[in-house]
Amino acid sequence: MTEIREQDAGGKGVAEVGRSQWWDVWRQFRIHRGALVGMMVFALIMLGVLAGPLVYWNDPQFVPTGRDFIKLRDMRPVYVTLWDTGAKVSWAHPLGTDNLGRDILARLLSGGQVSIAVGLTAMLLSLVIGTVVGVLAGYFQRLDGPLMRLTDLFLALPLLPLLLVAVLLFRAPLSAAFGPEGGIFVLIVTLVGITSWMQTARIVRGDVLALKEREFVLAARSIGTSPPKMILRHVLPNVLSPIMVSATLGIATAIITESALSFLGFGFPPDFPTWGKLLFDAVDRMELYPERVVWPGLAISLTVLSVNYIGDGLRDALDPRIRSH
Amino acid sequence: MLTYTIRRLVLAVPTLLFISLVIFLLLELAPGDPMAQVPLTVPPEVKEKMREALGLGQPVHIRFTKWLHQFFVVEPMVLADSLFGTAFAEGNQRVISWQTRSPVMDIVIQRIPQTLWVVGVAYVVAVLIALPVGIYSAYRQYSIFDQAGTFITMVGFAIPPFFSGVLAIVIFSVQLGWFPSIYNTTHVVNDWDSFLVQLKQMILPVMVLALQITSQLSRFMRASMLDNLGEDYVRTARAKGLSERTVVLVHVLRNSLIPVVTVIALGVPAIFGGAIITEQVFKVNGIGHLLITAIQANDLPMVQTLTFIFAVLIVLFNLVADIIYGILDPRIRYD
Amino acid sequence: MKLLTLGLATASLALTPMAMAQQGRDGHVNIIYWQAPSTLNPFLSGGTKDIESASLIIEPLARYDEGGNMMSWLAAEIPTVSNGGVSEDLTSITWKLRDDIRWSDGTPFTSADVKFTADYCMHPEGGCAQLAKFSGVSNVEATDTHTVKITFEGPTPFPYGPFVGAESPIIQAAQFADCLGAAAPNCTEQNFNPFGTGPFRVVEFRPNDVITMEANPNYRDPDKPAFATLTFKGGGDATAAGRAVMETGEFDYAWNLQLAPDVIAEMEKGGTGVPVAGFGTLVERIMVNLTNPDSGLADAERSTASHPHPFLSDINVRKALSMAIDRDLLVEIGYGKAGKPTCNVVPAPDIYTSSANDGCLVQDIPGANALLDQAGWVDSNGDGVRDRDGVELSVLYQTSTNAVRQDFQVLIKQWWSEIGVAAELRNIDASVFFGSDPGSPDTYQKFYADLEMYANNFSGTDPQSYLANWLCSDSPRPDTQWQGGNIPRYCNPAYDARHKELTQTAELSERARIARELNDMLMQEVVMIPLVHRGRLSAHASNLGGVRLNVWDSELWNVADWYRIR
Repeated sequence: MTEIREQDAGGKGVAEVGRSQWWDVWRQFRIHRGALVGMMVFALIMLGVLAGPLVYWNDPQFVPTGRDFIKLRDMRPVYVTLWDTGAKVSWAHPLGTDNLGRDILARLLSGGQVSIAVGLTAMLLSLVIGTVVGVLAGYFQRLDGPLMRLTDLFLALPLLPLLLVAVLLFRAPLSAAFGPEGGIFVLIVTLVGITSWMQTARIVRGDVLALKEREFVLAARSIGTSPPKMILRHVLPNVLSPIMVSATLGIATAIITESALSFLGFGFPPDFPTWGKLLFDAVDRMELYPERVVWPGLAISLTVLSVNYIGDGLRDALDPRIRSH
Repeated sequence: MLTYTIRRLVLAVPTLLFISLVIFLLLELAPGDPMAQVPLTVPPEVKEKMREALGLGQPVHIRFTKWLHQFFVVEPMVLADSLFGTAFAEGNQRVISWQTRSPVMDIVIQRIPQTLWVVGVAYVVAVLIALPVGIYSAYRQYSIFDQAGTFITMVGFAIPPFFSGVLAIVIFSVQLGWFPSIYNTTHVVNDWDSFLVQLKQMILPVMVLALQITSQLSRFMRASMLDNLGEDYVRTARAKGLSERTVVLVHVLRNSLIPVVTVIALGVPAIFGGAIITEQVFKVNGIGHLLITAIQANDLPMVQTLTFIFAVLIVLFNLVADIIYGILDPRIRYD
Repeated sequence: MKLLTLGLATASLALTPMAMAQQGRDGHVNIIYWQAPSTLNPFLSGGTKDIESASLIIEPLARYDEGGNMMSWLAAEIPTVSNGGVSEDLTSITWKLRDDIRWSDGTPFTSADVKFTADYCMHPEGGCAQLAKFSGVSNVEATDTHTVKITFEGPTPFPYGPFVGAESPIIQAAQFADCLGAAAPNCTEQNFNPFGTGPFRVVEFRPNDVITMEANPNYRDPDKPAFATLTFKGGGDATAAGRAVMETGEFDYAWNLQLAPDVIAEMEKGGTGVPVAGFGTLVERIMVNLTNPDSGLADAERSTASHPHPFLSDINVRKALSMAIDRDLLVEIGYGKAGKPTCNVVPAPDIYTSSANDGCLVQDIPGANALLDQAGWVDSNGDGVRDRDGVELSVLYQTSTNAVRQDFQVLIKQWWSEIGVAAELRNIDASVFFGSDPGSPDTYQKFYADLEMYANNFSGTDPQSYLANWLCSDSPRPDTQWQGGNIPRYCNPAYDARHKELTQTAELSERARIARELNDMLMQEVVMIPLVHRGRLSAHASNLGGVRLNVWDSELWNVADWYRIR
């Protein structure tokens, strides 16, 4: 039994991956219905937020002035006419406008660019840190103590003062290096990343600790497999599923945390829309204008759901035992 | 295991001291001013006098040593005094909050009941729901139950409490009028009726919080179960003729619990940390609310003490998690 | 209903049979403040939440009514020069106390308590938050059991600082005797449960959470207050507080609902409560930085008088920025009933209000464009932003984080873009922005930006110390640790001289004339751009009677007169 596993596990070792193996993975992924639908939805969202602002005629930053202002503000989405014929709608603004007359669809589209970029990058960053720390701590006895105490330290640090200090120290140099918006992007992604890796690290370490004593790992070690090879071939593939779960949850956390940051004034400039911020700003008027909370909420949920299904499919596709069925 | 536990406990002391120093320096470095909430009509000279009265003029290392002394020497003495009626702490300065000018620990103790009522109960409810949901979802992967569970948990996690909490209030308090929108922290439970009142005011915040925690836990439970259901030993166990129930609920579950134990152990300190946004939305005014108001008011002694208590809990419960790993999987060795 | 009967039950236990018929007849009242009180000793914390919650318990000698007029409270009458209470040379004031007042512990209220309060606040180590109320006081003495004489260092045309208004109430000498100076913070019991002369007394105080109170059995009017018990809840946010009064009816009074008018209007449809608005002296304004905040300069020279601003030092640019703003629209978007467009930094009381600047009430974008054209600011490089001699009219416009302020930023940015001025927006967390940490670059006093927006007011009705904010010497700069009220770094000897004249004038109409002139100087030089005269908007339950919203004093000033409408 152990030998078979050994071979299978070896099949997905990164070092020896050939085209056929990745083809295998893709074939497996393709027949996973959820993964495919998730992939399509995610592609659609990406297309929407990337190409949408190029095609769509309204500018997310535009505020009407003068007499137009009263006319154009607080417009309802066009579908509202289905049940309320008297509603103030216009096909020029399919999802309506907000209390300052800015087009909601345009803000959703351009907000999505930022939210998805922040969500994905911050999630990847925290995943990488978490996995590396977790694997090293779990696998190497000597590193366990120091790395886990470091994790404890990060878990204990109060987030808000940490942000204040980071903004104080790094905002000016970063905006000098990457421009004002680029600098804030780097700052936010790094902050969200380095404050959310601890859970992944603890989980991965726990799994690695158990894995390390399993027969196939002991067997591999007895034939003299070097630690790096061992980690890549045998350990990592077997802790993939908690990592995938952390990844999906991580995206949602990053998108929401970003909105909390901009609410506190550490994030993007106040006229710069993101999904989290659109949602936050709309909560007060939830009863009058439900569309303003529904659409950003839906966008965040759909993104998270689609990534979740892609993760599910990926995990199944990478799992040798399922693939062999 | 015992020697390991003792070694870890001994090691926790320098770790915690180091953490408290890092927190102190971080708070020191953070921009902020305890006088920020004083109206602009109060002139700057007066604010400067007030800062001096708080002891802000002293150098950093003196203030840190003072805090260490107050927290580790005076506060335990106060505790002893209140337990045994002794008078050790007589005349000693306790850790005093800058906002209220009263001992920090007294306020913390005042806040613990509502925090446990709401956040603690939410956590227990969430664990009780999440584990069965996760197990069944994995066992019947891609069934309708699993798909629906995935959808609900993911949406539940993607919707932040600043929205779900207000939504719950609008529906259940404003429209239906079933539950209060503001938590009464002075409510005393002493009979069945008052218990019902307490239950009513707890339902909304507990529901909102539990949704978040359940989502997270059940995902980890499901993923871990899935990993183990495909293992060889499951096949072996089934081949030996063990009942399906025993296989899943004893063998697979036991081996799948490691990540779940990790997440729960990380969550217990979070119970004491409270839930900042949910507490704010429902005015529960637990420890989360205490921490956020202290941070906003730059009440350093309060923030320092609260974060240090969290640090102790974090170190402690991570140790507990490590011990539980060893019980769940006796092959795990730490030395 | 249950709460009501419960309240009545406790009331009947606590009160003497005589008073039972009247005091406490209406049971229980619930008040919510979305900021929670930290202490009931207003001398230890300058926060509005602390002052107003304490005003239910402890009271001053005189206070302002809702029209801003002074009325005697614990004093028998208001001392003036004509009734002999204020000396002819304006150096002393003598208060006669009412002799029918008792503390909530039953002991009589005397001049010793008043004198003690002064000693308490003026103690050099106490860090008293209301010290400014006692500025210029050289001596306070109790001449007999019910007379107090306050002597000032020099002639003081407005001697109503000490013991007037909710910020300066009287505390009991016997209770606080051991709490002077450095001992003040150790007096937790006293700070959380002060004895008072007011309509209520504390049952339980939970800092930053909730206060439970009951009617004061020794209150001077046996018929008042109408409520036997009171809950003062703190925390949450303005939306939730408004909802609890106007939509769910759980609370009877909600303080300071800083919410957009359409949100308030929607809540009002809930039907259980009504919003009320009152106007004090609060003005939302944009401060103009007359000095250069360029990040290229050394930290000690940024935003200081050593470098004038590259373009905001041109008055035409400042004027154009002000002309481009549609103040009516700002009011409609941000404050509704609780706001009025204004062109003055001293918007009230009426005698101090100037009408010389009202031209700014009408938005004039073509006029602003013409003005900039004339001044030589034209878009020479075609990037949509005006420039002159290589200096682009592009500004950094900062404010604190607050939904209404962010809406204002967006609108104003749009209007400025129409006159060829580009704006970069920044919002900063209020605890940092209004903090005075000299190490932080983001405080409103350091002003490392071109323009910044916030609101300010003056306490009471006299603008003298408020107008002193714009004296040349009051500019924040490194050697004052960046403290000081002169945020625009305005420096005009004529202004300083005129202000000096104000401090030496006693006659009210003359004072008003000088104050108006000072206001006009600031406005005509556009060192700040006033936007909205902001009112206070609170809400009370429809069945709560007797509420008279007062912005000159504590909002809860007449809580003794509140009652339940049946």
